[in-house]
Amino acid sequence: MRVLLSGNEAIAYGAHAAGVAVATGYPGTPSTEILENLAKYKDVDASWAPNEKVALEVAIGSSIAGARSLVAMKHVGLNVAADPLFTVAYTGVNAGLVIVSADDPGMHSSQNEQDNRYYAKAAKVPMLEPSDSQEAASLVEDAFIISETFDIPVLLRTTTRVNHSKSLVEVDLEQTKREPGYKKNAEKYVMIPANARVRRRLLEDRLKALEEFSEGFSGNKIEWGSREVGFITSGISYQYVKELFPEASILKLAMTYPLPRMLITGYVNQIEKVIVVEELEPYLEEQIKSWGLSVSGKESIPSIGELNPDIIADALIPREEAIENSKQSALPGRPPMLCAGCPHRGVFYELRRLKMVVTGDIGCYTLGVLPPLGSMDTCICMGASIGNAMGVQKATGTKDIVAVIGDSTFVHSGITPLIDIVYNGGITTVIILDNRTTAMTGRQDHPGTGRTLKGIDSHMLDFEKLVKAIGINSVRTVDPYDLKAVRKAIKEETAKDEPSVIIFRRACLLVEKPKGQPYTVNEKCDGCKVCLRLGCPAISWVNGRAEIDISQCAGCEICAKLCKRDAITVIK
Amino acid sequence: MSSDVKNILIVGVGGQGIILAADIMSQVLVGAEYDVKMAEIHGMSQRGGSVNTMVRFGSRVYSPVIEKRKADFILAFEQLEALRWADYLKPGGVLIMNTEKIKPLPVLIGNDDYPEDIEGMLRQKGIEVIKIDANKLAEEAGSKKAANVVLLGCLATYLPIKKEGWYTFIERRVPPKTIEANKKAFDIGYGILTEVASV
Ligand code: SF4
Ligand code: SF4
Repeated sequence: MRVLLSGNEAIAYGAHAAGVAVATGYPGTPSTEILENLAKYKDVDASWAPNEKVALEVAIGSSIAGARSLVAMKHVGLNVAADPLFTVAYTGVNAGLVIVSADDPGMHSSQNEQDNRYYAKAAKVPMLEPSDSQEAASLVEDAFIISETFDIPVLLRTTTRVNHSKSLVEVDLEQTKREPGYKKNAEKYVMIPANARVRRRLLEDRLKALEEFSEGFSGNKIEWGSREVGFITSGISYQYVKELFPEASILKLAMTYPLPRMLITGYVNQIEKVIVVEELEPYLEEQIKSWGLSVSGKESIPSIGELNPDIIADALIPREEAIENSKQSALPGRPPMLCAGCPHRGVFYELRRLKMVVTGDIGCYTLGVLPPLGSMDTCICMGASIGNAMGVQKATGTKDIVAVIGDSTFVHSGITPLIDIVYNGGITTVIILDNRTTAMTGRQDHPGTGRTLKGIDSHMLDFEKLVKAIGINSVRTVDPYDLKAVRKAIKEETAKDEPSVIIFRRACLLVEKPKGQPYTVNEKCDGCKVCLRLGCPAISWVNGRAEIDISQCAGCEICAKLCKRDAITVIK
Repeated sequence: MSSDVKNILIVGVGGQGIILAADIMSQVLVGAEYDVKMAEIHGMSQRGGSVNTMVRFGSRVYSPVIEKRKADFILAFEQLEALRWADYLKPGGVLIMNTEKIKPLPVLIGNDDYPEDIEGMLRQKGIEVIKIDANKLAEEAGSKKAANVVLLGCLATYLPIKKEGWYTFIERRVPPKTIEANKKAFDIGYGILTEVASV
């Protein structure tokens, strides 16, 4: 039977069929649904880890102990997990270990678009790249087998288009079962220099063997067509090339590290002009050229952003008249916004009013940077806000600086920089926007919510106690709907000569709808525009006055509290 | 080039039920033995941003992404988004537009204006627009939230699948309590377009 699955659903399906026993990761678009779907299987131990490094370490442990294991993360998550990655290539595995890195070309929801194929090369681990859901499902199975055959973790690298596009998948696979079993083997798993040096050499042998395997791997295949022009491609780019050049020869690579050098050389030598079509960096092209083969690619195909058939056609097909981009002259954009009634809104409003320097972090609340709130100065990566604030304070000595970080992000990587602030005498105020979930990726639980991915109650991390234990003496918890208290807390805490933490706690609207009645604007409104500075999707500017769309209003009352003319009142 | 592949672009604003509509449609097409691919991007777009979903079907589909000027149909859940994506429609393609207007942030805060007479602008581009007040019709059907299914019904008029073929998948995907309202919403959408088409 064939069913329509997203790439992420297909990876979960394929991993389950391959008998994965332990699966873990940290939510991150476009990878999140892989674990959410694995969690549905009773026989898979699926969990959210506090961050990707921890996730990979757990999976390494379970692999060593004989359980097939999978970790899933977005591309930047692999930076966090890079430390164990480079060494697990040395130790190798017991049961198969598959690491899914979901890259985001075009930065649909990411802070950069790094090409994680280079991680495979740098860490010396084999890499597979699916081009649709069917391939995603079957390559996961291959990945487990390769991992066990060659005693090495395997990187399954996807991109947003593969993760989030749906296509048909055969779902009649039989499930493989594997009994876990742990055997001590310190020479293999304890990487003290003496052991590591041995494993380092063995790694090269394994890579040699993998290269040979890659030559004959069924996923690396030539589809012969015209011998005048041929393509080398992988991942989603394969689908675009097939779409545009149905007559051409194509060498489609599903295993892109190590590359099948003989296969590629033989192919290139039989075709007049070979074009490498790949998204982002010239990863394939550089390696192929380094063997003295003549191929082209990136001189015409952009290495910035996501590819699509239009971009490839523009680069490769001489067109009589370029399809003129009759861009509609400056249509109003439609950026994402904080929801009506979002608990973060009032905090950003007050931060702006108090002219604070705000180092920000990754989550829904990053939207606080957009006008009219416009109250964020930096956003680098998960957990960076706190270290950034410490740095700004070191450089300028100012007290008017706060770090803003979400609850899930704080657990991910905000704790160690907070320790740094205390340890090294910082006096910065750290704001934890505790909305009781991981909102941006679609409401995932984390240690602070006290519920696991499987929906089981567990210990709820106590932020107040945690930060006190770190050495923060000035800690307070405030309801972010209470604007006066928000303002007071920020003013007082930033004025202090010691580090402090303010926890603004109120659930995200995806978790709990506020019970407030909707508000409306009455005739007292004189058009002062103060409420418009909240950027609430329910409030708009109509004929010189504010207007509230009651179907959207969540009744948070923040706008009513701001209005000096009592023009915003609750609908009775 | 892949000849029999049809391209449907669904556009609108996060929260309008676009992905559900596209899901139902894709399932129906799979049920009719087509090869189907569906591309969507979610993430930031959920917070009231512009959303697009692409559905392609035929005997063999490669790219999940539709090229500019290749869409056979655009189903626009919102007027400004119809205009934003109009260039994806192929000459002679059909654009079905919900009359709903959702102001984006720059318009809400008075920094920009919502374009007037979008229908006129589309016609100027030579596009035949089919305009439908799906929100009103959905209310008539018994559920405000079924506007997406009204629009789906409109589009279904053009697709090579019998009307009854849609019900099973609507039943499977909408909340149980709203099944009847959604079926009715589908019927209304379907009915309206058969009328428009025959005028
Ligand atoms: S999803 Fe939650 S945290 Fe995100 S903008 Fe909406 S209310 Fe705020
Ligand atoms: S009370 Fe005001 S700020 Fe809050 S959701 Fe309603 S309109 Fe928006």
